[in-house]
Amino acid sequence: MSITTKPESAERQDVAGPPAVGRLGDRLFSASALTAGVIIMVTLGAVFVFLAVEGIDGFHADRSVFEPAAGNFWAYAGKLLFGTTLAAVLAMIIAVPFAIGLALFISHYAPRRLAVPVAYLIDLLAAVPSVVYGLWGARTLASAAQPIQTWLGEHLGWFPLFSGQVSATGRTMLVAAVVLAIMIVPITTAICREVFQQTPRLLEEAALGLGATRWEMIRMAVFPHARSGMVAGVMLGLGRALGETMAVAMVLSASPLVTLKVLTSDNPATIASNIAANYNSEDNRIQTVLIATGLVLFVFTFLVNFAARLIVARAERKLA
Amino acid sequence: MNTSTLRRAIVPGVAALALAASLAACGSSDDSADSAASDGSSGAAAGGSLSGTVAGGGSSAQEKAQESWRAGFGQANSGVTMTYDSVGSGTGRSNFISGAYKYAGSDSAMTSDEITQATKACGGDPVEFPVFISPIDVAFNLKGVSSLNLDAKTVAQIFKGDIKTWDDPAIKALNPDAKLPSTAISPVHRSDSSGTTDNFTDYLHQAAPSVWTSDHSSDWPTTSGESAEGTSGVVGAVQGGNGTIGYIDDSGVEGTKLGVAKIKVGDSFVAPSADGAAAGLAASQLVSGTPATVMEYKINRTSTDPSTYPVFMASYEIACQSYGDANTGAVVKAFLTYITSADGQKAAAANAYSAPLPTDVASKEAAIIAKIGS
Repeated sequence: MSITTKPESAERQDVAGPPAVGRLGDRLFSASALTAGVIIMVTLGAVFVFLAVEGIDGFHADRSVFEPAAGNFWAYAGKLLFGTTLAAVLAMIIAVPFAIGLALFISHYAPRRLAVPVAYLIDLLAAVPSVVYGLWGARTLASAAQPIQTWLGEHLGWFPLFSGQVSATGRTMLVAAVVLAIMIVPITTAICREVFQQTPRLLEEAALGLGATRWEMIRMAVFPHARSGMVAGVMLGLGRALGETMAVAMVLSASPLVTLKVLTSDNPATIASNIAANYNSEDNRIQTVLIATGLVLFVFTFLVNFAARLIVARAERKLA
Repeated sequence: MNTSTLRRAIVPGVAALALAASLAACGSSDDSADSAASDGSSGAAAGGSLSGTVAGGGSSAQEKAQESWRAGFGQANSGVTMTYDSVGSGTGRSNFISGAYKYAGSDSAMTSDEITQATKACGGDPVEFPVFISPIDVAFNLKGVSSLNLDAKTVAQIFKGDIKTWDDPAIKALNPDAKLPSTAISPVHRSDSSGTTDNFTDYLHQAAPSVWTSDHSSDWPTTSGESAEGTSGVVGAVQGGNGTIGYIDDSGVEGTKLGVAKIKVGDSFVAPSADGAAAGLAASQLVSGTPATVMEYKINRTSTDPSTYPVFMASYEIACQSYGDANTGAVVKAFLTYITSADGQKAAAANAYSAPLPTDVASKEAAIIAKIGS
């Protein structure tokens, strides 16, 4: 994202022309902005190079390193990628409708007296460290949600996601997804709220004046205007869900495997939590493998972001 | 106006950069700590004649014990800084072989390959002996049941998943007086690789080979079942559910309300204890064919003597007999002397609930330490 904005600002600097050049403040600002942009690119590049160089041996590590989880690197990484995606998708399913509703409540429904403190509280959620979420999820939420999960297993066990022997400790994919969702909500809400508030007043009033209800106004005036901002908010949330380490490592009872059952003790591990759990392993040959899975996650996150940008760009072109 | 606001922003910025640079300098000097080990050798320190910095690391199970050892050793030798990174046993051993660590803690003994490599790195036979013995508890959380007797075969069947409920006839037979509910059993294992898992699976494989057919390993041999990260994670998971059972370092169970199973040894049921673990090590055989300065145990988990407790781990310390400079050798020698002494073992027992070394083991180790630096 920062890569695309950097040349723009540089161009603007050029267009702004002679009067700005002479002043010390302008030169300093332009230099620091350029430095920030370059540093981000260099850092990203350096991370990629580090992962590639350190992880290269992991791609063809000895079979015994992957056992009993898998027979080779791609099966191992594939299983972990499955777990990462499953946890993130479940978290997004829970968090996104919630975050958008919350943002709309703050921007369009709640009276100002209520909207400000609610917005403030949600921003506070983002400041809680993930290890605290992990502790809370593993120690409190998991055991509190265990009876609910038992009920789900008993009554909705025919549904593939809820089948299987329900975990006695409650440390399942479902709880991990709920914890992740709570971590995503503040980021997505904050960004959606901001873009919802940017909707031109004129458009909103025109819609209302044409006889639209408040919901129709939101659907016809606010959402189309806010679409790209909403996607950006969702993407930031997804990034957090894909990369979240400590909370998942602490909550989830996991190992590299593929299953869609979200209530059992056997849950697929995510790439990030698997790295955290196994990096200090007795068998340190696993370290190159873990770095290689980090590279897989890096590339995957990059592709997901890229695809999302593409979709937004296409949707906006259609709209224009 | 403009520039003054800017200056206000820049000054703290420059300060932050300078701080970052100095921190980075600290970080890099940390890395080279081992090479600087002898820097302070000329200046005699206040308490004790030794000085310098010696870097070590490895087993995370030893972390708490190492803390108390560093504190105790530092009191007597205020000029010495010992560092210990709990990076895991495998990394500890490889960093020792590469020379980054002057001493290492390891939950498993070096393989013969590693001994050969360490011999090359040390320029002579390496030193290795157990310093940290810790009982491993089989802890459970089951409503209405506070004490439980188990034998090796039952424990193996529970953790393998062959016994699925608490009122299984095999458990009933061992606990005729207990009121066992029909709750499902949820065995909890470590998700990270650990010496605790290695020693626990070694116990299962030695004492119940017909059920636990896979060899000992620091990674849990299957991908199924409830798992949690670290000792505290397993404690949390076992506490968080009903009908759960897990294997936990004795220090982790201390202070919780978990029930601890007594394990059948011979004809009686033995609760985990430091003394039992120490007796278990004393009853084990030394591995033959290693250099004289290497004390590796083949731990005997099948003893029928009820004074022993078979589920325990013995964690090793690894060092060289001689180092490039005499000062490092003297510091390592003094440190190892301290941790194997009665005081050092007592400090670890208080802080990490470990078992003091049996006296005959300690005296053998003292003889090995005497060879360091000579």
